[in-house]
Amino acid sequence: MSALLLRDIRLAARAGGSAMLALAFFASVATLVPLGVGPDLALLARIAGGVLWIAAVLAALLALDRLFQADFEDGSLDMIALSPLSLESVAAAKIAAHWLTTGLPLALLSPLLAVLFGVKTIAALFVSLLVGTPAVSAIGAVGAGLTMSIRRGGLILPLIVLPLLAPAVIFGAGAAVGSAGALPLLGAFSFAACVLSPFATAAAVRLNLGS
Amino acid sequence: MPLAVPYIDISDLTGIRGGRVLFRGLSFRVETGRALSLEGANGSGKTSLLRMLAGFLAPAEGAIRFGDVADGEERGKFVGWLGHHDAVKAQMSVRENLDFFAQLYASEAGDTLDALGLARLAELPGQYLSAGQKKRVALARLKLTKRPLWLMDEPLASLDAAGKKIAADLVAAHCAGGGIAVVATHEPLGIDCDRLVLA
Repeated sequence: MSALLLRDIRLAARAGGSAMLALAFFASVATLVPLGVGPDLALLARIAGGVLWIAAVLAALLALDRLFQADFEDGSLDMIALSPLSLESVAAAKIAAHWLTTGLPLALLSPLLAVLFGVKTIAALFVSLLVGTPAVSAIGAVGAGLTMSIRRGGLILPLIVLPLLAPAVIFGAGAAVGSAGALPLLGAFSFAACVLSPFATAAAVRLNLGS
Repeated sequence: MPLAVPYIDISDLTGIRGGRVLFRGLSFRVETGRALSLEGANGSGKTSLLRMLAGFLAPAEGAIRFGDVADGEERGKFVGWLGHHDAVKAQMSVRENLDFFAQLYASEAGDTLDALGLARLAELPGQYLSAGQKKRVALARLKLTKRPLWLMDEPLASLDAAGKKIAADLVAAHCAGGGIAVVATHEPLGIDCDRLVLA
């Protein structure tokens, strides 16, 4: 399992990989919003939690469509599926690799962007992204598994995944401004998503391998 | 070889793809130590049959057994797969490509690079390999999986004369060592093998 995890991290970090892409997208969106909204610092500080959460979710989605598709198209997924590793473990490794190359860097970058917005609760924002982004990777993986055999599946993927991510955005944006009770709910949602997703993802992958 | 397949037994197999019947009532048996050359025109169902054997596709009717193992996902654990696509990552060197699958299959790359004439290319990223060189990498990878049943889809395609000889010798050596190979091919393998022609 660690072999697959390390390989996916390595591929994401190399040329054509998605790690830097997600970070750059996140930073661009977060920079554009103040330009569009205007220089009202009180307003910016109030909407920062929601804006940064939505930007983070969209940035993470950017890298999701290739999660299985790249290996499916070049035949690697056949070889991986026949290996001693169960498809559930394969899904878990891919989710972990996706989070380590997108969710974690996004959370680490967020305090810097929070300063731009004049956010007071920087620590709460950072923790909310750290706790909540695993849910984005986990739920996104189900969509990636379902759409991997569709050409331009990346366009359908957000339609499947975004509605399912509504709780993460609601609790995440709440936790980012320090609302009481939002962080435990976010944590519970994220935990449940990470535990259940490998099974759903494996089922989706199995379906596509047999198509 | 950690596991062995005593024989492959296929009985009364029907394959349907996209509403079209590819084959019906297909029965055959391959004994250990034998290679089967799977032949037939384009679209006759060779690749589909290989995917059924590997457990990816469920047959519409009939049964596939490797010895006493019938379940699709269980069967997959015996299979060494050489697919139509090369599964060589462009961003990783030849050695990294092989080492990854060696780890995944709890095996080791060892001298497989030399055996396939790839030693000089070991540090080259996959994107610079020719189609034939990628096929050699795929053959090296198949060898290091150390699986008893090889399912191969057009292993000779895009290989040069020396490469074809190496591929045929690999299959012959695998079978001589107690393995089984089912090879979908348009070209004669040049080794002692059984033949099955899909109409």
